[in-house]
Amino acid sequence: MTSDKRVLIVIPAYNEGESIAKVIAEVHAELPGYDVLVVDDGSTDDTAAVARAAGAKVTVLPYNLGVGGARRLGYLYALRNNYDVAVQLDADGQHDPRNVPLLIDALETSDLVIGARFAGEGEYHARGPRWWAMRLLSFVLSKMAGTRLTDTTSGFRVCSRPLIEGYARWLPVEYLGDTVDTAVWAIRHGYTVRQVPVAMRARMAGTPSANPLKSTVYLLRSMITLLLALVRK
Amino acid sequence: MKLNVLTAIVGLALLLVIFELLRRRQLREKYAVLWIVVGLGVVPLAVFPRGLDTFAKLIGVASGASLVLFLGVLLLLVICTHLSWETSRLEEETRTLAEEVALIRTQLAELDSRELSNDER
Repeated sequence: MTSDKRVLIVIPAYNEGESIAKVIAEVHAELPGYDVLVVDDGSTDDTAAVARAAGAKVTVLPYNLGVGGARRLGYLYALRNNYDVAVQLDADGQHDPRNVPLLIDALETSDLVIGARFAGEGEYHARGPRWWAMRLLSFVLSKMAGTRLTDTTSGFRVCSRPLIEGYARWLPVEYLGDTVDTAVWAIRHGYTVRQVPVAMRARMAGTPSANPLKSTVYLLRSMITLLLALVRK
Repeated sequence: MKLNVLTAIVGLALLLVIFELLRRRQLREKYAVLWIVVGLGVVPLAVFPRGLDTFAKLIGVASGASLVLFLGVLLLLVICTHLSWETSRLEEETRTLAEEVALIRTQLAELDSRELSNDER
């Protein structure tokens, strides 16, 4: 069902020279025919050159905007170059490209499909304040969307053309803005949001933060983000 | 009386600096107007410090000096908020420009490589 659509895979990358080539190679191998765009978010290493050598389209931001900024540029590129579907993939290799066709198929009945880590597949776990935050976020967003959303902070997403148009104009750079805020925005603007369970893998580079102080800060910031997203016009 | 002279000179100097910045187009008009109004209000008060006493008493403030302090703090607060708002807006504007620059550079690179492959043929 997906062959007639023009699909762009957007990978925001900030100093990911180590892992980006592997990720691109894997996408090319698993998803031939899909275009890959690496948005270099003002990296100081050779991310852009490595990505270009690996055969991806590359666009380079003149300075670091944060992941939300890189994502919006990805959507703007998709909009201007007339893609029907945009796929958000992380540069650290934790999103398995083999799941992408599954997510794209789910677009038949929705505008935004989130690849969810806690929906039974794979071995992703979180504990303590970070887990509470994620539970709270998924509870509120599930109620709003009228469907079960267990992983609202997942960056593994697929968007339809109408939503590409929306995100190309509006996508915040703030912390968590690119995940929680964008989901709330899509729901409140009448787009259909749903999730598809996926297995997440360990990152190829970098470590997720498990420190309790950091998780508490995460909890507080996610609540502020959620509150602001809910009262926003 | 000496203090009055000092405050009046400071007030006038401020007005002059604002006028000069405006004349050299270093300050956008919208801000200059604000500061000139503030300056014009402050200079007479520097010369006649008791000038606001009656008005202050009328609205329940013990002395004109307290009223001026209160209004001064309030004004600074409003201006700080306004500047934060303005920088947020500027950041959004530069972000849009950064996106455009990135897209234009990408497009240019694509055109260049297309031209190169045409030349080789």
